[in-house]
Amino acid sequence: MASTPRTSPEVGGMGHSVKRKEDPRFLRGKGNYVDDIQLPGMLHMDIVRSPYAHAKILKIDSSAALKVPGVLAVITGQTLEQYKLHWMPTLMSDTQMVLPTEKVMYQAQEVAAVIATDRYAAADGAAAVEVDYDPLPVVVDPFKALEPGAPVLRTDKPGKTDNRIFHWEVGDRAATDKALAASDVVVEQKIYLPRIHVASIETCGIVADFDRIRGKLTVYMTTQAPHAIRTVIALVAGHVGLSEEKIRVVSPDIGGGFGGKVPVYPGYVIAIAASVVIGKPVKWVEDRMENLQADSFARDYHITAALGAKKDGTMTGLRIKTIADHGYADAAANPSKFPAGLFSICTGSYKMPVAFAEVDGVYTNKPPGGIAYRCSFRVTEAVHAIERMTDMLAQELKMDPAQLRMKNFIPENEFPYKSVLGWEYDSGNYPAALKKAMDIVGYDALRKEQAEKRKKGELMGIGISSFTEIVGAGPSKQFDILGIKMFDSCELRVHPTGKATARFGTKSQGQGHETTYAQIIAEELGIPAAHVEVEEGDTDTAPYGLGTYASRSTPTAGAAGAIAARKVRDKAKKIAAYLLEVSEDDLVWEVGKFSVKGAPQKSKTIQDIAFAAYTNHPQGMEAGLEAVDYYDPPNLTFPFGSYICVVDIDRGTGEVKVRRFVAVDDCGNIINPMIVDGQIHGGLSMGLAPALYEEITYDEDGNVHGGSFMDYLVPTAMETPKWETDKTITPSPHHPFGAKGVGESATVGAPPAIANAVVDALAHLGVKHIDIPITPEKVWKILKEKGAAE
Amino acid sequence: MARHTIEINVNGAPSKGEVESRLLLVHFLRENLRLTGTHIGCDTTHCGACTVLLDGVPVKSCTVLAVQADGRAVDTVEGLEKDGKLHPVQEGFFQEHGLQCGYCTPGMMMTSCALLSTNGSPTEADVRRAISGNLCRCTGYVNIVKAVLHAAASAREQKAAKAS
Amino acid sequence: MIPGSFDYHAPETLAEALDLLGKHPDDAKVLSGGQSLLPLLKLRLGAAAHLVDIGKIPDLEYIREDGGFLKIGGRTRESTLEHSPLVRRKYPLLADTAEVIADPLVRNLATIGGNLAHGDPANDHPATMLAYGAEIVATGKTGTRTIPIGKFFTSLFETALAPDEILTEIRIPVPPPKSGGAYVKLERKVGDFATAASAAQVTLGPGGEVERVGIGLTNAGPTPIQATAAEQFLRGKKPDAGAIAEAARLAASAAAPAADRRGSVEYKTEMARVLTGRALAKAIARAQGA
Repeated sequence: MASTPRTSPEVGGMGHSVKRKEDPRFLRGKGNYVDDIQLPGMLHMDIVRSPYAHAKILKIDSSAALKVPGVLAVITGQTLEQYKLHWMPTLMSDTQMVLPTEKVMYQAQEVAAVIATDRYAAADGAAAVEVDYDPLPVVVDPFKALEPGAPVLRTDKPGKTDNRIFHWEVGDRAATDKALAASDVVVEQKIYLPRIHVASIETCGIVADFDRIRGKLTVYMTTQAPHAIRTVIALVAGHVGLSEEKIRVVSPDIGGGFGGKVPVYPGYVIAIAASVVIGKPVKWVEDRMENLQADSFARDYHITAALGAKKDGTMTGLRIKTIADHGYADAAANPSKFPAGLFSICTGSYKMPVAFAEVDGVYTNKPPGGIAYRCSFRVTEAVHAIERMTDMLAQELKMDPAQLRMKNFIPENEFPYKSVLGWEYDSGNYPAALKKAMDIVGYDALRKEQAEKRKKGELMGIGISSFTEIVGAGPSKQFDILGIKMFDSCELRVHPTGKATARFGTKSQGQGHETTYAQIIAEELGIPAAHVEVEEGDTDTAPYGLGTYASRSTPTAGAAGAIAARKVRDKAKKIAAYLLEVSEDDLVWEVGKFSVKGAPQKSKTIQDIAFAAYTNHPQGMEAGLEAVDYYDPPNLTFPFGSYICVVDIDRGTGEVKVRRFVAVDDCGNIINPMIVDGQIHGGLSMGLAPALYEEITYDEDGNVHGGSFMDYLVPTAMETPKWETDKTITPSPHHPFGAKGVGESATVGAPPAIANAVVDALAHLGVKHIDIPITPEKVWKILKEKGAAE
Repeated sequence: MARHTIEINVNGAPSKGEVESRLLLVHFLRENLRLTGTHIGCDTTHCGACTVLLDGVPVKSCTVLAVQADGRAVDTVEGLEKDGKLHPVQEGFFQEHGLQCGYCTPGMMMTSCALLSTNGSPTEADVRRAISGNLCRCTGYVNIVKAVLHAAASAREQKAAKAS
Repeated sequence: MIPGSFDYHAPETLAEALDLLGKHPDDAKVLSGGQSLLPLLKLRLGAAAHLVDIGKIPDLEYIREDGGFLKIGGRTRESTLEHSPLVRRKYPLLADTAEVIADPLVRNLATIGGNLAHGDPANDHPATMLAYGAEIVATGKTGTRTIPIGKFFTSLFETALAPDEILTEIRIPVPPPKSGGAYVKLERKVGDFATAASAAQVTLGPGGEVERVGIGLTNAGPTPIQATAAEQFLRGKKPDAGAIAEAARLAASAAAPAADRRGSVEYKTEMARVLTGRALAKAIARAQGA
């Protein structure tokens, strides 16, 4: 199925499963993560956090903390207020507190920071700070927050009289209402996707190092977007003397991002302020409970969906209304014109004649956020909705869910396809992916087995998810973050000895860019991937980019790499023509060399040309062999896939066991199959986790539940099934090498496949929907109600 | 007493330190000895990123006091490579793409080394069970299992080659 | 993540250890495997001015049959129990229990003595020891005393151990022929405490009837629960499906779990029934095959 690579294994271009160039240091424990960094004179910071979800701060008493040996300072909102740093803008142009001066707005909010000579003293100091609070009424239910008379939370916003953040809508409301009203069948369902958290194994942290003599701030930070951070620091702290050319942000090795390391957390800003004021490096690394309880969450979408169809299963319209609980500030990291991210992909893989979606953002007394969990800007939410509704429709029509999907898929020959909600899907072949998945899993035999088992009272389910993803933000016309357009970049320089250095504006947190980007260059220039040194993450040297998240790297920076390499090849052609004393038109390129048409023995390798670029280049031409490309993608890319999940349910305990999970993915042309499979495996696991295990909840006093690994259940190797993966390949017509992103496809596609499987197992009992996470108790309750428990 | 002088044999070499009673072994390794290959990923003894061998047995070094390891042997990831040659477990992780961000990897590898020293022919189920105290968010465990089975096979081959 | 300060002592004899405990009756804690105590200290949920590490004291780790009992040293690690051929062969209930405690790494340090002395009804060994009718040997300055397991767990996180006593041995009566046991645990994921769990140990009589039975429930109340009504019911009966079902129902009626993220009271109580049924069925099958 995979096409044969054009380059040899020695060159290692597209299609080769080149072993990873980043591995040697990780295997030896020689990675350089933020907490590994130790600088002379470095101080440590620990944060005091609020036990209350909503409370006035009456007094902060630092006297006992300052007496702890090793404690140097206690920073409060009052301290930062002097520098006007107590509030900061969010990436969605809202504002959030760095440290409060009046009140706290969520449990675990930062209240004060202790600076000490070592982390043990900092911890003792934080435990010794005494804070007096006066509790205020707590609002945790977004529906209650919208009721007239609800306490107004953002009293810092002059003239604000409610808890609304934004209203966003897309599509044709009137036409959709009309179409649904006229449909033979309409299925309607409330779907709640609870708060979850990425919980990358490395938490967030920073070492801020302000050099007073040079006036330069260096920041080592767990960030997926170092340039954006640099610019934000310059804008937010410019008034205290930080200037962008004197700010260096370094993302060293990052232990997993998944979107959780995009936002600017208060801890970062406090550490920077502390370093600037004290003139010494300051390290802050949060512990796991802080990470789960205060850092950017994901989901918390209350969705009401309605899907209409004709009697024969042809879909007629989709209507979705969503209440989005953002916590006390809209600190989501969406492109600025999309407060609900790319939720409008919710018409999915289907030919939907009409649709309407609206999202209302609401403030509550919870941590701010929230799109961090491998979701491509709310695509997980959108796909969960459409894939659950599609199965509900199948159930209502008594149609096989695979058949119903096949009937409604956008046909291959209709791509590029303009959806009614405004996206132009670049390419797709949905029936092929679903058919492949069905063949691999043995779909017909499974349905037979299910029928047999049902007769014996055994519960077995088959769930399908045929998703379309939307990644690669994005074209400058529509996409910006805080005004900065979402291009990305590559700066490629070939050295005299034929090796190359390539720098990019993205930042890998495990996705293998040091290998895959080298493979892109290898494919275009024939320089072996082993000889291409890839660099990312240091704003002093990398070209400006918007970072790595939302599966955007290959579609944007990867494209920039290919274009930069082609620019290099164009110059190389001129040099080759000069060296071979022919005109450029007489030259033909094959991987790694130019040769003369009809006289192949007269050739120059890229290495020959590189050397000549510095030693024997034509008169009038600049020396050197390099290029920069800032790539503005013409469109997003639309990876897709079909997943099939088989579950067995224990009638005594309600436990759901995933017996098999087949994932067929299509991300266009593949750079490194081994790495793509790894991304799928990881994404599937981060789809399994929310489907069955993960959930962060709040009681009516705003106390968080699920704020440690004791109760936030990250699956182990025992809970995780053996993922079965395969591919179809439908290249992107607009991408320089036909690739699409892939890192998040599986997180998007897996939860509905699992949820659909469980509902399918119980459908004959009349069950239509279950919200995730589908815990054993939820299933057991249903079994008990239906008289089917053991 | 609240301060102790301890000596721990770390990766075969004696390492002395003067430490507080409460100093966690993981901090002694990372901060006192600057062996930062052992990582910290949680605060409730769940994630296993801090796994090291204590007298040959894999333990979570965040839940051991440095003073408890006085007079004992600790092996960390930094000690796996010998004379420029990767340990079969390291080689297995490399060949099978058993790591992505690399943060859980040292812990996973130390647990895997210990498994292979007691069971040279583990099944997939044996491996999954052995690593059930080590969390990974990136890989979905599939390639980690392959990596350990690869290491087991290669270790058996090396042993057989030596014997013949 | 970082504990408060404390003094650490590593005595080399039991006498020294007991002496230290006697000197600091209010603020000293025994450090055995540390896998329950250290996590508490790291979260600053518990405090101790003095930790008395019993890890250097010889002769506290052993598993041997002697005088009609399986005698286990208090500092024996869970991983040792899990892999002991003797335990796996003759004490399947104990083997089942050891292998579901926490995760394999924690089991390399966690001790059976610590698991019991912590007084946590969520730990796994207490219910198992109830099912076995075990005895606890406590050593103090004046010598040892034997505490029957039924008297050992007094209330939540409290046991019959005095502050200056150390749990040095656990004794399980050697089961007669035609005995079998099983521990069935429902957990949200590997490494979690039990949502519910049931320990069953049975001995069958000459006619195949239940001669002796012990049933313990984990995490079903403020202390581990002995399901005495279920035991009484089963004694003397033929262990058919109906009897097992009724015993399981009676066991559940002894459960008084608290609601938490692991489950509601109703669910946990029902699971006590379901799991007791499964544990009994397994125990009986093993007894029949023994």
